[in-house]
Amino acid sequence: MRQFLSITKRELISYFATPVAYVFITIFLLLSGLFTFYLGNFFEIGQASLGSFFEWHPWLYLFLVPAITMRLWSEEKKSGTIELLTTLPVSTLNIVLGKFMAAWLFTLLALILTFPMWITVNYLGTPDNGVIMASYIGSFLMSGGYLSIGIFISSLTKNQVIAFIVSVTICFLFTVSGLPIVLDFFSSWAGEAITDVIASFSFLANYSDISRGIIDFRTLVYFLSLIFLFLYLNVITLDNSRN
Amino acid sequence: MTALVEVNNISKSFESFLAVDDINFSLEKGEVLGFLGPNGAGKTTTMRILTGFLKPSSGSIKINGLDLFKNLKKAREFIGYVPEGSPLYNEMTTIDFLSFICEIRNIDKGQNLSKIIKLLDLDEVLLQKIDTLSKGFKRRVGLAQALVHDPKILILDEPTDGLDPNQKHEVRKLIKKLGKEKSIIISTHILEEVKAICNRTMILSNGKLLIDDTPTNVLKKSSSYNNLLVSVHDKSANELKKELQTLKSFKYIDVNNNLCSIKLKSTTDASFLSNYLLKKKYAIKHYSINKGQLDEVFRQLTNTE
Repeated sequence: MRQFLSITKRELISYFATPVAYVFITIFLLLSGLFTFYLGNFFEIGQASLGSFFEWHPWLYLFLVPAITMRLWSEEKKSGTIELLTTLPVSTLNIVLGKFMAAWLFTLLALILTFPMWITVNYLGTPDNGVIMASYIGSFLMSGGYLSIGIFISSLTKNQVIAFIVSVTICFLFTVSGLPIVLDFFSSWAGEAITDVIASFSFLANYSDISRGIIDFRTLVYFLSLIFLFLYLNVITLDNSRN
Repeated sequence: MTALVEVNNISKSFESFLAVDDINFSLEKGEVLGFLGPNGAGKTTTMRILTGFLKPSSGSIKINGLDLFKNLKKAREFIGYVPEGSPLYNEMTTIDFLSFICEIRNIDKGQNLSKIIKLLDLDEVLLQKIDTLSKGFKRRVGLAQALVHDPKILILDEPTDGLDPNQKHEVRKLIKKLGKEKSIIISTHILEEVKAICNRTMILSNGKLLIDDTPTNVLKKSSSYNNLLVSVHDKSANELKKELQTLKSFKYIDVNNNLCSIKLKSTTDASFLSNYLLKKKYAIKHYSINKGQLDEVFRQLTNTE
Protein backbone atom coordinates (compact mmCIF):
# COMPACT_ATOMS: atom_id res chain seq x y z
CA MET A 1 0.00 0.00 0.00
CA ARG A 2 2.78 2.41 0.97
CA GLN A 3 4.69 1.54 -2.16
CA PHE A 4 1.61 1.99 -4.31
CA LEU A 5 1.10 5.46 -2.87
CA SER A 6 4.78 6.31 -3.39
CA ILE A 7 4.48 5.40 -7.05
CA THR A 8 1.32 7.49 -7.36
CA LYS A 9 3.02 10.43 -5.71
CA ARG A 10 6.07 10.17 -7.92
CA GLU A 11 3.96 10.06 -11.05
CA LEU A 12 2.00 13.13 -9.99
CA ILE A 13 5.23 15.01 -9.24
CA SER A 14 6.34 14.19 -12.79
CA TYR A 15 3.08 15.42 -14.32
CA PHE A 16 3.41 18.80 -12.70
CA ALA A 17 7.17 19.07 -13.24
CA THR A 18 6.58 19.30 -16.99
CA PRO A 19 4.14 21.50 -18.92
CA VAL A 20 2.11 18.37 -19.79
CA ALA A 21 -0.20 18.77 -16.80
CA TYR A 22 -0.94 22.45 -17.38
CA VAL A 23 -1.42 22.06 -21.12
CA PHE A 24 -3.73 19.12 -20.59
CA ILE A 25 -5.90 20.83 -18.02
CA THR A 26 -6.11 24.05 -20.02
CA ILE A 27 -7.05 22.27 -23.23
CA PHE A 28 -9.55 20.07 -21.42
CA LEU A 29 -11.27 23.08 -19.88
CA LEU A 30 -11.20 25.12 -23.09
CA LEU A 31 -12.54 22.32 -25.26
CA SER A 32 -15.21 21.23 -22.82
CA GLY A 33 -16.44 24.84 -22.65
CA LEU A 34 -16.25 25.29 -26.37
CA PHE A 35 -18.15 22.10 -27.11
CA THR A 36 -20.81 22.86 -24.52
CA PHE A 37 -21.55 26.39 -25.64
CA TYR A 38 -21.04 26.18 -29.41
CA LEU A 39 -21.68 22.61 -30.47
CA GLY A 40 -23.95 21.69 -27.58
CA ASN A 41 -26.17 24.79 -27.94
CA PHE A 42 -26.13 25.26 -24.19
CA PHE A 43 -28.14 28.50 -24.29
CA GLU A 44 -30.54 27.60 -27.09
CA ILE A 45 -31.77 24.50 -25.27
CA GLY A 46 -33.01 26.77 -22.53
CA GLN A 47 -32.72 24.16 -19.78
CA ALA A 48 -30.77 24.38 -16.56
CA SER A 49 -28.83 21.16 -17.11
CA LEU A 50 -25.28 20.10 -17.90
CA GLY A 51 -26.41 17.49 -20.42
CA SER A 52 -24.76 19.28 -23.31
CA PHE A 53 -21.56 19.51 -21.23
CA PHE A 54 -21.30 15.84 -20.29
CA GLU A 55 -22.39 14.68 -23.72
CA TRP A 56 -18.99 15.63 -25.14
CA HIS A 57 -16.83 13.97 -22.51
CA PRO A 58 -16.37 10.64 -24.34
CA TRP A 59 -15.06 12.52 -27.39
CA LEU A 60 -12.75 14.69 -25.33
CA TYR A 61 -11.35 11.67 -23.50
CA LEU A 62 -10.92 9.84 -26.76
CA PHE A 63 -8.09 12.21 -27.74
CA LEU A 64 -6.93 13.68 -24.47
CA VAL A 65 -6.60 10.50 -22.40
CA PRO A 66 -4.23 8.77 -24.86
CA ALA A 67 -2.21 12.00 -24.79
CA ILE A 68 -1.65 11.45 -21.06
CA THR A 69 -1.14 7.72 -21.19
CA MET A 70 1.07 7.46 -24.26
CA ARG A 71 4.18 8.38 -22.30
CA LEU A 72 3.49 6.43 -19.13
CA TRP A 73 5.40 3.28 -20.12
CA SER A 74 6.83 4.31 -23.47
CA GLU A 75 8.96 6.99 -21.87
CA GLU A 76 10.19 4.66 -19.13
CA LYS A 77 11.23 2.21 -21.81
CA LYS A 78 12.92 4.80 -23.94
CA SER A 79 14.86 6.47 -21.14
CA GLY A 80 15.70 3.17 -19.45
CA THR A 81 14.10 4.12 -16.13
CA ILE A 82 11.92 1.03 -16.48
CA GLU A 83 15.02 -0.97 -15.57
CA LEU A 84 15.50 1.12 -12.46
CA LEU A 85 11.84 0.96 -11.46
CA THR A 86 11.22 -2.72 -12.08
CA THR A 87 14.37 -3.86 -10.27
CA LEU A 88 13.31 -2.14 -7.05
CA PRO A 89 11.71 -4.39 -4.45
CA VAL A 90 8.17 -3.56 -5.52
CA SER A 91 5.60 -5.74 -7.27
CA THR A 92 4.54 -5.05 -10.85
CA LEU A 93 0.95 -4.81 -9.65
CA ASN A 94 1.83 -1.97 -7.29
CA ILE A 95 3.64 -0.11 -10.05
CA VAL A 96 0.75 -0.50 -12.50
CA LEU A 97 -1.85 0.48 -9.91
CA GLY A 98 0.24 3.47 -8.84
CA LYS A 99 0.62 4.73 -12.38
CA PHE A 100 -3.07 4.25 -13.08
CA MET A 101 -4.14 5.94 -9.86
CA ALA A 102 -1.97 8.97 -10.57
CA ALA A 103 -3.48 9.32 -14.04
CA TRP A 104 -6.99 8.86 -12.66
CA LEU A 105 -6.50 11.43 -9.90
CA PHE A 106 -5.08 13.80 -12.47
CA THR A 107 -8.20 13.41 -14.63
CA LEU A 108 -10.30 13.90 -11.53
CA LEU A 109 -8.55 17.19 -10.93
CA ALA A 110 -9.33 18.29 -14.50
CA LEU A 111 -12.98 17.30 -13.93
CA ILE A 112 -13.18 19.15 -10.64
CA LEU A 113 -11.81 22.25 -12.32
CA THR A 114 -14.90 22.34 -14.55
CA PHE A 115 -16.87 23.49 -11.46
CA PRO A 116 -17.58 26.95 -12.97
CA MET A 117 -19.97 25.10 -15.32
CA TRP A 118 -21.85 23.76 -12.36
CA ILE A 119 -21.92 27.22 -10.73
CA THR A 120 -23.16 28.73 -14.00
CA VAL A 121 -26.18 26.43 -14.36
CA ASN A 122 -27.02 26.84 -10.70
CA TYR A 123 -26.87 30.61 -11.15
CA LEU A 124 -29.02 30.55 -14.28
CA GLY A 125 -31.65 28.13 -13.06
CA THR A 126 -32.38 25.23 -10.76
CA PRO A 127 -30.82 22.12 -12.27
CA ASP A 128 -31.14 18.64 -10.80
CA ASN A 129 -27.87 18.51 -8.90
CA GLY A 130 -28.32 14.78 -8.29
CA VAL A 131 -28.15 14.15 -12.02
CA ILE A 132 -25.10 16.40 -12.28
CA MET A 133 -23.35 14.50 -9.49
CA ALA A 134 -24.17 11.16 -11.13
CA SER A 135 -22.86 12.49 -14.43
CA TYR A 136 -19.61 13.53 -12.83
CA ILE A 137 -19.24 10.07 -11.30
CA GLY A 138 -20.05 8.49 -14.66
CA SER A 139 -17.58 10.67 -16.49
CA PHE A 140 -14.89 9.86 -13.91
CA LEU A 141 -15.55 6.12 -14.23
CA MET A 142 -15.46 6.32 -17.98
CA SER A 143 -12.16 8.22 -17.92
CA GLY A 144 -10.76 5.30 -15.89
CA GLY A 145 -11.77 2.97 -18.70
CA TYR A 146 -9.99 5.08 -21.30
CA LEU A 147 -6.94 5.42 -19.05
CA SER A 148 -6.56 1.70 -18.41
CA ILE A 149 -6.68 0.99 -22.15
CA GLY A 150 -4.17 3.77 -22.86
CA ILE A 151 -1.70 2.67 -20.19
CA PHE A 152 -1.87 -0.91 -21.40
CA ILE A 153 -1.14 0.11 -25.00
CA SER A 154 1.74 2.28 -23.79
CA SER A 155 3.34 -0.78 -22.18
CA LEU A 156 3.57 -2.47 -25.56
CA THR A 157 5.83 0.03 -27.29
CA LYS A 158 8.63 2.48 -26.64
CA ASN A 159 7.30 4.78 -29.34
CA GLN A 160 4.91 7.39 -27.96
CA VAL A 161 3.34 8.22 -31.34
CA ILE A 162 2.44 4.59 -31.92
CA ALA A 163 1.08 4.36 -28.37
CA PHE A 164 -1.10 7.40 -29.03
CA ILE A 165 -2.50 6.29 -32.38
CA VAL A 166 -3.21 2.72 -31.31
CA SER A 167 -4.81 3.91 -28.05
CA VAL A 168 -7.08 6.37 -29.87
CA THR A 169 -8.13 3.65 -32.29
CA ILE A 170 -8.95 1.11 -29.60
CA CYS A 171 -10.67 3.70 -27.44
CA PHE A 172 -12.68 4.75 -30.48
CA LEU A 173 -13.87 1.17 -31.02
CA PHE A 174 -14.91 0.92 -27.38
CA THR A 175 -16.67 4.26 -27.59
CA VAL A 176 -18.74 3.63 -30.65
CA SER A 177 -19.36 -0.11 -30.43
CA GLY A 178 -23.00 0.60 -29.55
CA LEU A 179 -23.69 2.85 -32.52
CA PRO A 180 -25.71 1.52 -35.50
CA ILE A 181 -22.78 1.95 -37.85
CA VAL A 182 -20.82 -0.71 -35.95
CA LEU A 183 -23.76 -2.90 -35.00
CA ASP A 184 -25.09 -3.06 -38.57
CA PHE A 185 -21.74 -4.35 -39.67
CA PHE A 186 -21.88 -7.20 -37.13
CA SER A 187 -25.59 -7.99 -37.23
CA SER A 188 -25.40 -8.89 -40.91
CA TRP A 189 -23.32 -11.97 -40.14
CA ALA A 190 -22.63 -12.39 -36.42
CA GLY A 191 -26.11 -13.04 -35.08
CA GLU A 192 -28.09 -11.17 -32.49
CA ALA A 193 -26.42 -12.49 -29.36
CA ILE A 194 -22.94 -11.41 -30.37
CA THR A 195 -24.22 -8.06 -31.61
CA ASP A 196 -25.85 -7.48 -28.23
CA VAL A 197 -22.61 -8.30 -26.43
CA ILE A 198 -20.71 -5.87 -28.60
CA ALA A 199 -23.35 -3.22 -28.01
CA SER A 200 -23.09 -3.70 -24.26
CA PHE A 201 -19.35 -2.97 -24.43
CA SER A 202 -20.03 0.52 -25.67
CA PHE A 203 -18.76 3.37 -23.53
CA LEU A 204 -21.46 5.62 -24.98
CA ALA A 205 -24.33 3.31 -24.04
CA ASN A 206 -23.05 2.75 -20.49
CA TYR A 207 -22.24 6.39 -20.05
CA SER A 208 -25.58 7.67 -21.32
CA ASP A 209 -27.39 5.65 -18.64
CA ILE A 210 -25.31 7.13 -15.90
CA SER A 211 -25.50 10.68 -17.24
CA ARG A 212 -29.28 10.51 -17.06
CA GLY A 213 -28.79 10.23 -13.32
CA ILE A 214 -29.16 6.47 -13.01
CA ILE A 215 -26.13 4.81 -11.44
CA ASP A 216 -26.90 1.28 -12.54
CA PHE A 217 -25.02 -1.50 -10.79
CA ARG A 218 -24.27 -3.07 -14.16
CA THR A 219 -22.66 0.11 -15.44
CA LEU A 220 -20.51 0.29 -12.35
CA VAL A 221 -19.46 -3.32 -12.80
CA TYR A 222 -18.85 -2.72 -16.49
CA PHE A 223 -16.42 0.16 -16.05
CA LEU A 224 -14.64 -1.31 -13.03
CA SER A 225 -14.15 -4.70 -14.64
CA LEU A 226 -12.94 -3.07 -17.83
CA ILE A 227 -10.39 -1.11 -15.80
CA PHE A 228 -9.21 -4.20 -13.95
CA LEU A 229 -9.03 -6.25 -17.11
CA PHE A 230 -6.69 -3.81 -18.82
CA LEU A 231 -4.60 -3.22 -15.71
CA TYR A 232 -4.26 -6.97 -15.34
CA LEU A 233 -3.18 -7.28 -18.99
CA ASN A 234 -0.67 -4.54 -18.27
CA VAL A 235 0.83 -6.51 -15.35
CA ILE A 236 1.05 -9.62 -17.51
CA THR A 237 2.79 -7.82 -20.38
CA LEU A 238 5.36 -6.34 -18.02
CA ASP A 239 6.02 -9.62 -16.25
CA ASN A 240 6.35 -11.39 -19.58
CA SER A 241 8.84 -8.86 -20.87
CA ARG A 242 11.36 -10.49 -18.51
CA ASN A 243 11.44 -13.59 -20.66
CA MET B 1 30.19 -18.36 4.87
CA THR B 2 27.53 -18.55 2.18
CA ALA B 3 28.18 -16.76 -1.04
CA LEU B 4 26.29 -13.51 -1.52
CA VAL B 5 25.77 -14.21 -5.19
CA GLU B 6 25.56 -17.72 -6.60
CA VAL B 7 25.09 -18.15 -10.32
CA ASN B 8 24.38 -21.67 -11.53
CA ASN B 9 24.61 -22.42 -15.23
CA ILE B 10 22.61 -19.49 -16.49
CA SER B 11 21.93 -19.12 -20.19
CA LYS B 12 19.82 -16.55 -21.93
CA SER B 13 18.69 -16.59 -25.51
CA PHE B 14 16.73 -13.98 -27.41
CA GLU B 15 14.97 -15.93 -30.14
CA SER B 16 17.86 -17.62 -31.95
CA PHE B 17 20.60 -15.43 -30.46
CA LEU B 18 22.43 -16.83 -27.46
CA ALA B 19 23.39 -13.80 -25.35
CA VAL B 20 24.61 -15.64 -22.25
CA ASP B 21 25.99 -19.14 -22.55
CA ASP B 22 26.14 -21.31 -19.44
CA ILE B 23 27.76 -18.97 -16.92
CA ASN B 24 28.71 -20.12 -13.45
CA PHE B 25 30.26 -18.29 -10.55
CA SER B 26 29.80 -17.26 -6.97
CA LEU B 27 30.78 -14.12 -5.19
CA GLU B 28 31.59 -13.39 -1.57
CA LYS B 29 31.82 -10.34 0.61
CA GLY B 30 34.86 -8.24 -0.17
CA GLU B 31 35.08 -9.32 -3.77
CA VAL B 32 35.04 -6.66 -6.45
CA LEU B 33 34.40 -8.40 -9.71
CA GLY B 34 35.07 -6.73 -13.04
CA PHE B 35 33.21 -7.94 -16.10
CA LEU B 36 35.29 -7.37 -19.17
CA GLY B 37 34.34 -8.03 -22.73
CA PRO B 38 33.72 -6.44 -26.08
CA ASN B 39 30.37 -4.84 -26.83
CA GLY B 40 27.71 -7.50 -27.17
CA ALA B 41 29.64 -10.01 -25.05
CA GLY B 42 26.74 -10.47 -22.66
CA LYS B 43 27.87 -8.25 -19.77
CA THR B 44 24.71 -6.15 -19.57
CA THR B 45 22.44 -9.15 -20.11
CA THR B 46 24.17 -11.01 -17.28
CA MET B 47 23.71 -8.03 -14.97
CA ARG B 48 20.08 -7.70 -15.96
CA ILE B 49 19.55 -11.34 -15.05
CA LEU B 50 21.31 -10.90 -11.70
CA THR B 51 18.92 -8.07 -10.81
CA GLY B 52 15.87 -9.99 -11.99
CA PHE B 53 15.13 -7.58 -14.81
CA LEU B 54 15.43 -10.50 -17.21
CA LYS B 55 14.73 -14.15 -16.55
CA PRO B 56 17.39 -16.61 -17.67
CA SER B 57 16.29 -19.20 -20.22
CA SER B 58 17.87 -21.80 -17.94
CA GLY B 59 19.87 -21.94 -14.73
CA SER B 60 19.31 -20.40 -11.32
CA ILE B 61 20.56 -17.55 -9.17
CA LYS B 62 20.81 -17.25 -5.42
CA ILE B 63 21.10 -13.87 -3.77
CA ASN B 64 22.23 -14.04 -0.14
CA GLY B 65 21.02 -17.65 -0.10
CA LEU B 66 17.57 -16.87 -1.57
CA ASP B 67 16.46 -18.11 -4.96
CA LEU B 68 16.15 -14.83 -6.89
CA PHE B 69 13.11 -15.63 -9.00
CA LYS B 70 11.20 -17.27 -6.17
CA ASN B 71 11.84 -14.35 -3.78
CA LEU B 72 12.16 -11.49 -6.23
CA LYS B 73 11.05 -8.80 -3.82
CA LYS B 74 13.05 -9.95 -0.82
CA ALA B 75 16.19 -10.73 -2.81
CA ARG B 76 16.18 -7.29 -4.40
CA GLU B 77 16.44 -5.69 -0.99
CA PHE B 78 20.05 -6.92 -0.88
CA ILE B 79 20.93 -5.44 -4.25
CA GLY B 80 21.82 -1.92 -5.33
CA TYR B 81 21.80 -1.53 -9.08
CA VAL B 82 22.92 1.15 -11.49
CA PRO B 83 21.69 0.13 -14.94
CA GLU B 84 23.58 0.92 -18.14
CA GLY B 85 23.69 4.69 -18.73
CA SER B 86 22.40 5.29 -15.19
CA PRO B 87 18.80 6.17 -16.15
CA LEU B 88 17.06 8.59 -13.76
CA TYR B 89 13.75 10.42 -13.61
CA ASN B 90 15.08 13.60 -15.17
CA GLU B 91 12.05 15.74 -14.47
CA MET B 92 12.42 15.26 -10.71
CA THR B 93 14.70 17.12 -8.33
CA THR B 94 17.55 15.15 -6.77
CA ILE B 95 15.96 15.12 -3.34
CA ASP B 96 12.49 14.15 -4.63
CA PHE B 97 14.02 11.31 -6.59
CA LEU B 98 16.11 9.97 -3.71
CA SER B 99 13.17 10.29 -1.32
CA PHE B 100 11.08 8.26 -3.74
CA ILE B 101 13.68 5.49 -3.76
CA CYS B 102 13.77 5.54 0.06
CA GLU B 103 9.98 5.28 0.24
CA ILE B 104 9.87 2.34 -2.15
CA ARG B 105 12.67 0.62 -0.25
CA ASN B 106 11.01 1.40 3.05
CA ILE B 107 14.10 3.17 4.35
CA ASP B 108 14.16 5.85 6.99
CA LYS B 109 14.77 9.01 4.98
CA GLY B 110 16.50 10.99 7.71
CA GLN B 111 19.69 9.18 8.59
CA ASN B 112 20.45 6.96 5.62
CA LEU B 113 19.76 9.58 3.05
CA SER B 114 21.83 12.31 4.65
CA LYS B 115 24.73 9.87 5.00
CA ILE B 116 24.60 9.02 1.30
CA ILE B 117 24.16 12.66 0.29
CA LYS B 118 27.29 13.46 2.24
CA LEU B 119 29.20 10.46 0.88
CA LEU B 120 28.50 11.45 -2.71
CA ASP B 121 28.67 15.18 -2.09
CA LEU B 122 25.22 15.94 -3.46
CA ASP B 123 24.30 18.77 -1.07
CA GLU B 124 24.54 21.55 -3.61
CA VAL B 125 22.26 19.90 -6.20
CA LEU B 126 19.49 18.57 -3.95
CA LEU B 127 16.90 21.03 -5.18
CA GLN B 128 18.02 20.99 -8.78
CA LYS B 129 16.14 19.05 -11.44
CA ILE B 130 18.12 16.01 -12.52
CA ASP B 131 18.10 16.93 -16.21
CA THR B 132 19.96 20.15 -15.44
CA LEU B 133 22.81 18.31 -13.70
CA SER B 134 26.21 17.62 -15.21
CA LYS B 135 27.04 14.07 -16.22
CA GLY B 136 29.23 13.62 -13.15
CA PHE B 137 26.45 14.61 -10.80
CA LYS B 138 23.96 12.41 -12.64
CA ARG B 139 26.27 9.44 -12.12
CA ARG B 140 26.55 10.27 -8.46
CA VAL B 141 22.78 10.50 -8.10
CA GLY B 142 22.62 7.10 -9.83
CA LEU B 143 25.09 5.68 -7.31
CA ALA B 144 23.27 7.33 -4.40
CA GLN B 145 20.06 5.66 -5.52
CA ALA B 146 21.81 2.29 -5.42
CA LEU B 147 23.34 2.89 -1.99
CA VAL B 148 20.54 4.35 0.18
CA HIS B 149 19.64 0.96 1.62
CA ASP B 150 23.26 -0.01 2.27
CA PRO B 151 23.00 -3.13 0.08
CA LYS B 152 25.24 -6.15 0.48
CA ILE B 153 25.54 -6.48 -3.27
CA LEU B 154 26.23 -3.67 -5.66
CA ILE B 155 25.81 -4.14 -9.41
CA LEU B 156 27.12 -1.31 -11.57
CA ASP B 157 26.90 -1.36 -15.35
CA GLU B 158 29.72 0.82 -16.67
CA PRO B 159 29.75 3.17 -13.68
CA THR B 160 32.43 5.52 -15.03
CA ASP B 161 31.29 5.67 -18.64
CA GLY B 162 31.36 9.25 -19.92
CA LEU B 163 33.05 10.77 -16.88
CA ASP B 164 36.15 12.95 -17.02
CA PRO B 165 39.41 11.57 -15.54
CA ASN B 166 38.92 13.29 -12.18
CA GLN B 167 35.38 12.02 -11.82
CA LYS B 168 36.49 8.54 -12.86
CA HIS B 169 39.12 8.63 -10.17
CA GLU B 170 36.55 9.68 -7.54
CA VAL B 171 34.09 6.95 -8.50
CA ARG B 172 36.83 4.31 -8.49
CA LYS B 173 38.01 5.42 -5.10
CA LEU B 174 34.46 5.13 -3.81
CA ILE B 175 33.93 1.67 -5.30
CA LYS B 176 37.20 0.48 -3.82
CA LYS B 177 36.17 1.78 -0.42
CA LEU B 178 32.73 0.18 -0.61
CA GLY B 179 34.24 -3.06 -1.85
CA LYS B 180 35.60 -3.93 1.58
CA GLU B 181 32.12 -4.32 3.02
CA LYS B 182 30.16 -5.56 0.01
CA SER B 183 30.19 -7.73 -3.06
CA ILE B 184 30.50 -5.55 -6.10
CA ILE B 185 30.12 -6.39 -9.74
CA ILE B 186 31.08 -3.78 -12.29
CA SER B 187 31.19 -4.00 -16.03
CA THR B 188 33.55 -1.93 -18.06
CA HIS B 189 35.60 -1.92 -21.16
CA ILE B 190 38.18 0.31 -19.60
CA LEU B 191 40.91 -2.16 -18.76
CA GLU B 192 42.87 0.06 -16.40
CA GLU B 193 39.71 0.29 -14.30
CA VAL B 194 39.82 -3.41 -13.60
CA LYS B 195 43.43 -3.20 -12.50
CA ALA B 196 42.65 -0.21 -10.31
CA ILE B 197 39.63 -1.49 -8.39
CA CYS B 198 38.89 -5.16 -8.94
CA ASN B 199 40.28 -8.16 -7.13
CA ARG B 200 38.64 -10.54 -9.57
CA THR B 201 38.22 -10.38 -13.33
CA MET B 202 35.98 -12.18 -15.75
CA ILE B 203 36.38 -11.92 -19.46
CA LEU B 204 33.26 -12.60 -21.48
CA SER B 205 32.95 -13.04 -25.19
CA ASN B 206 29.93 -14.14 -27.20
CA GLY B 207 28.10 -14.92 -23.98
CA LYS B 208 30.78 -17.31 -22.74
CA LEU B 209 32.89 -16.90 -19.64
CA LEU B 210 36.48 -17.21 -20.88
CA ILE B 211 38.47 -16.30 -17.79
CA ASP B 212 37.69 -16.02 -14.10
CA ASP B 213 40.79 -15.05 -12.14
CA THR B 214 42.55 -12.25 -10.27
CA PRO B 215 43.73 -9.37 -12.46
CA THR B 216 47.37 -10.28 -11.69
CA ASN B 217 46.90 -13.83 -12.90
CA VAL B 218 45.06 -12.66 -15.97
CA LEU B 219 48.00 -10.43 -16.80
CA LYS B 220 50.29 -13.47 -16.79
CA LYS B 221 48.44 -14.74 -19.83
CA SER B 222 49.56 -11.69 -21.75
CA SER B 223 52.11 -12.52 -24.48
CA SER B 224 54.29 -9.62 -23.35
CA TYR B 225 54.23 -10.75 -19.71
CA ASN B 226 57.73 -10.89 -18.23
CA ASN B 227 59.36 -9.27 -21.22
CA LEU B 228 62.49 -7.34 -20.37
CA LEU B 229 62.58 -4.02 -22.21
CA VAL B 230 66.01 -2.50 -22.49
CA SER B 231 67.84 0.19 -24.42
CA VAL B 232 71.27 1.77 -24.02
CA HIS B 233 72.85 5.03 -25.11
CA ASP B 234 75.89 3.30 -26.62
CA LYS B 235 74.08 1.26 -29.25
CA SER B 236 70.94 1.14 -31.30
CA ALA B 237 68.31 -1.36 -30.27
CA ASN B 238 68.99 -3.49 -33.34
CA GLU B 239 72.70 -3.65 -32.59
CA LEU B 240 71.97 -4.58 -29.00
CA LYS B 241 69.61 -7.30 -30.15
CA LYS B 242 72.33 -8.82 -32.35
CA GLU B 243 74.83 -8.68 -29.51
CA LEU B 244 72.50 -10.32 -27.02
CA GLN B 245 71.57 -13.03 -29.49
CA THR B 246 75.19 -14.16 -29.59
CA LEU B 247 75.23 -14.65 -25.81
CA LYS B 248 72.43 -17.07 -25.29
CA SER B 249 69.59 -18.53 -27.30
CA PHE B 250 66.61 -16.50 -26.13
CA LYS B 251 63.33 -17.89 -27.29
CA TYR B 252 62.03 -14.50 -28.13
CA ILE B 253 63.97 -11.34 -28.78
CA ASP B 254 62.75 -8.45 -30.83
CA VAL B 255 62.84 -4.68 -31.27
CA ASN B 256 59.81 -2.55 -30.54
CA ASN B 257 59.70 1.26 -30.36
CA ASN B 258 63.51 1.41 -30.16
CA LEU B 259 63.52 -0.95 -27.21
CA CYS B 260 65.01 -4.36 -27.22
CA SER B 261 62.43 -6.80 -25.88
CA ILE B 262 63.47 -10.18 -24.46
CA LYS B 263 61.18 -12.83 -23.04
CA LEU B 264 62.49 -13.92 -19.63
CA LYS B 265 61.93 -17.55 -18.85
CA SER B 266 63.43 -17.51 -15.40
CA THR B 267 64.91 -15.18 -12.80
CA THR B 268 68.41 -16.33 -13.82
CA ASP B 269 67.69 -14.91 -17.27
CA ALA B 270 67.04 -11.55 -15.68
CA SER B 271 70.14 -11.52 -13.52
CA PHE B 272 72.26 -12.83 -16.38
CA LEU B 273 71.20 -9.94 -18.58
CA SER B 274 71.55 -7.25 -15.94
CA ASN B 275 75.01 -8.53 -15.02
CA TYR B 276 76.06 -8.55 -18.63
CA LEU B 277 74.89 -4.98 -19.20
CA LEU B 278 76.73 -3.82 -16.06
CA LYS B 279 79.91 -5.63 -17.02
CA LYS B 280 79.87 -3.95 -20.42
CA LYS B 281 79.42 -0.61 -18.63
CA TYR B 282 76.63 0.39 -20.99
CA ALA B 283 74.83 3.62 -20.19
CA ILE B 284 71.32 2.35 -19.67
CA LYS B 285 68.55 4.44 -21.17
CA HIS B 286 65.67 2.18 -20.32
CA TYR B 287 65.30 -0.97 -18.28
CA SER B 288 61.93 -2.44 -17.27
CA ILE B 289 60.12 -5.71 -16.98
CA ASN B 290 56.65 -5.86 -18.52
CA LYS B 291 53.96 -6.95 -16.05
CA GLY B 292 51.69 -7.98 -18.88
CA GLN B 293 48.96 -6.00 -20.52
CA LEU B 294 45.29 -6.55 -19.97
CA ASP B 295 44.31 -5.26 -23.39
CA GLU B 296 46.64 -7.82 -24.93
CA VAL B 297 44.94 -10.68 -23.11
CA PHE B 298 41.64 -9.13 -23.99
CA ARG B 299 42.49 -9.04 -27.68
CA GLN B 300 44.05 -12.52 -27.65
CA LEU B 301 40.86 -13.97 -26.18
CA THR B 302 38.10 -11.98 -27.75
CA ASN B 303 39.39 -11.36 -31.24
CA THR B 304 37.49 -13.92 -33.24
CA GLU B 305 38.40 -12.75 -36.75
